[in-house]
Amino acid sequence: MAETMQFDLVSPERSLLSEQVKAVRIPGSEGDLTVMPNHASLITTLRPGVMTVETEAGVQEFVVTGGFAEVGENLSVLAEKALAASDLDQATYDALVEEAHEAYHQAKDGSYEDVNAVDEAAKLLMDMVAIGTHIGLDPKTPSL
Amino acid sequence: MPSLKDLKNRIESVKSTRKITKAMQMVAAAKLRRAQDAAEQARPYAARFNAVMASLAASVAGSDTAPRLLAGSGKDDVHLLVVMTAERGLCGGFNSSIVKLAKAHAEKLLEAGKQVKVLTVGKKGREQLKREFDNLMVGHVDLSEVKRLGYNNAQDIAKDVLGRFDANEFDVATIFFNRFQSVISQIPTAQQIIPASYETEEGASEASALYDYEPDEEAILADLLPRGVATQIFSALLENAASEQGARMSAMDNATRNAGDMIDKLTTEFNRSRQAVITNELIEIISGAEAL
Repeated sequence: MAETMQFDLVSPERSLLSEQVKAVRIPGSEGDLTVMPNHASLITTLRPGVMTVETEAGVQEFVVTGGFAEVGENLSVLAEKALAASDLDQATYDALVEEAHEAYHQAKDGSYEDVNAVDEAAKLLMDMVAIGTHIGLDPKTPSL
Repeated sequence: MPSLKDLKNRIESVKSTRKITKAMQMVAAAKLRRAQDAAEQARPYAARFNAVMASLAASVAGSDTAPRLLAGSGKDDVHLLVVMTAERGLCGGFNSSIVKLAKAHAEKLLEAGKQVKVLTVGKKGREQLKREFDNLMVGHVDLSEVKRLGYNNAQDIAKDVLGRFDANEFDVATIFFNRFQSVISQIPTAQQIIPASYETEEGASEASALYDYEPDEEAILADLLPRGVATQIFSALLENAASEQGARMSAMDNATRNAGDMIDKLTTEFNRSRQAVITNELIEIISGAEAL
């Protein structure tokens, strides 16, 4: 039997998952990483993406939209917004994409001097689109 | 001496009042359960968040490059008071107790020569504060359309507050809300959110040295601090919502009981005057019969 560790996925509104897991793939802001038991202690921020949780029972997928992960003896992911991938329907997804889209336009129209903000918003939008492609929802490819 | 009919009418009207307060109490009880659930669900996030923030804050504390949200703007001249109250009344002293605390705080600051700005959340607090601090009000957040408090409500408020902070409109922000203790006791609380103060637990700073940070500590902190503000506002909102329902429930319970007492008293009075009328009539009949 493979080693397991305690994993908690919490959003500000509720706690989504708390169980023993074998491995979790986290969409870190600097790149994806897979956390397995006895991982070095780490704190990383998240980008919007799909988180894959591997338990004894099988694999579950969650869509997260940012937040951070704390890896210690246990793994806790504190997501700004989190949903089981199977719960994400086209309407909710559209709303998320729309939000990112709006943020992008705001950043673009608002301040040209702040190139970083525009870049970040664009990245956020692309991350959102990638989520859609991954779980088979139509991102209705928004224009940049 | 009110006539029998008047008494009857009064009893009826008190009875229907009691029905209403009873219904409100039951609605508040149901809502309270939901609000308490929501507050409980939010607790793990806030607790973990604070733990991580505490260790992060400890590790960058004292460095010159600490973010403004943590270190403050270096002054404490202008204070922003975020006063959170309910959208509705009929909840006992709930709104007044927050307003009283905020007022006392504001007066102390004004006496010390500081500048005070007030941002209200919820209609009731705005109405009460307007009388005295109308010229200090800088904004109002309306939550009357919100059926179920979500994190996005907190984010909106946080965005507003952070925007003002970035525009150098204030130096210190404090939120006022009622902390939910139990149905009969809610504690009005003032909590400073900017600059952020995270309590460090014993030994937390030592443990933090073991963490790797990705990206580096300061970038994470810059990303997390605004979220911290939203998180604190969110838990305050939830505590407040639970407190409001709790306060309403006990207020309505009292009202229901008072109405019951009043009905008893009125009924006694009603019976007594009915008895008096009957006695009167008997006397008339008897004396009429004797006269024959």
